[in-house]
Amino acid sequence: MSFTQNNDRYHRQIILKEFGETAQQKLLNAKVLVIGAGGLGCPALQYLAAAGVGAIGIIDFDVVTITNLHRQILFSANDIGKQKAATAAIKLAQINPEIQIQIYNFQLTNKNAIELFANYDLVIDGTDNFATRYLINDACAILNKPLVYGAVLRFEGQVGVFNLIDNETKIKTNYRDLFPEPPNPLNAISCNEAGVIGVLPGIIGTMQATEAIKIITGVGKPLCNKIISYNALQNSFYDFEITPVLNPIETFPQNEMEFLNFNYEWFCSSKDNVSVISFIDFEELRTKEKITIIDVRERNELPLVNEFDFISIPLNELPNLLASIPTDNKIVFFCKSGNRSLKAVKLFYEKYPQITAFSLIGGIHAWQQFNNKT
Amino acid sequence: MKIKILVFGQLSEIINASELELLAINNTDELNKKLFELYPKLEDIKYTLAINKKIIHENTQLYHEDIVALLPPFSGG
Repeated sequence: MSFTQNNDRYHRQIILKEFGETAQQKLLNAKVLVIGAGGLGCPALQYLAAAGVGAIGIIDFDVVTITNLHRQILFSANDIGKQKAATAAIKLAQINPEIQIQIYNFQLTNKNAIELFANYDLVIDGTDNFATRYLINDACAILNKPLVYGAVLRFEGQVGVFNLIDNETKIKTNYRDLFPEPPNPLNAISCNEAGVIGVLPGIIGTMQATEAIKIITGVGKPLCNKIISYNALQNSFYDFEITPVLNPIETFPQNEMEFLNFNYEWFCSSKDNVSVISFIDFEELRTKEKITIIDVRERNELPLVNEFDFISIPLNELPNLLASIPTDNKIVFFCKSGNRSLKAVKLFYEKYPQITAFSLIGGIHAWQQFNNKT
Repeated sequence: MKIKILVFGQLSEIINASELELLAINNTDELNKKLFELYPKLEDIKYTLAINKKIIHENTQLYHEDIVALLPPFSGG
């Protein structure tokens, strides 16, 4: 694709002397994959599309909910219940009809990541859980693909660039040099529980788009081997220089075969003595015996579950309602991604150490995808 | 000898401040031990530690007026 016929669209950035026609042509030739069309993905996608990145991929298997709208600004009230990737693609085509947009309405796994990433020059991580973040990092490291990382919580955000060699020092680092060990999910908190101020992913996602544009065009100095922490309450930035881990405690995949065999859900799950149940074991347990299933998500959270009967007790109400749980059967707690249900099992065991209880590993969203396939 | 400690993310909730100062700490292992004594909940969080903005992975000597930053992982998006 050539920008000449669309000169006016990109005029204001082409007249930047550091940028010019050369950088614009590089953007039009570039292929960027944005993982997660959420708080980070929405602003990143908007600016990358507007700036004229020639091919953009969007992977997300979620649907729009009302709790997304305060920060996921590509979506409107009448998009609630629609697929995020497809909806985002429609909005982006309105912003810039001259670029190619490819959507992937499925969950990213280690079985599809390598093949998918190979089609792109650069990957933007806008996901919301640690297992996927380590998976994306490892796939990009194996493929030697630049990865623009961003994460948010409450009023603070992090942004950085991985797998990009610093031409001066010849050093290249990634997420495992920043956080070699995954956090214990019992202590890790998500935006679903802890909250996030709406503008924050807007700022961090826009910084991710900025870094992507800098890497593609070669204009400026990308956040290579650096992570920036932003605090919205203080309006302050603090930067960290990432140094390579020389003696890793955790082993991680070094090639495609090891990557395919690596269990990311397990790697990021609690190594404490809390019991989890896999999709296959959950199916077997459900068919073999009568069990009590408890949804610890908030009452309005999607997706709807109509495959089996369950009791709804949001995690924050659980401590007060423990006594109301029937304990004559085995219990399976579930939530969206498997973190809150893990905390629920721990709370439950404090009161009922003698009852068998499990947390559905990976969460109900992924279970439904699994269930539809089998 | 005085060390300044900056904390980020959910760590500031645990120490109930965004920074603190500690005296007579010789290296980062001693620092972690002291922090776990003062704030036992810190031990549950796997944070990354930087001295004067440079991330370190091994026990490292500390000097007067070093600034140590503790960065926890978070995954929201």
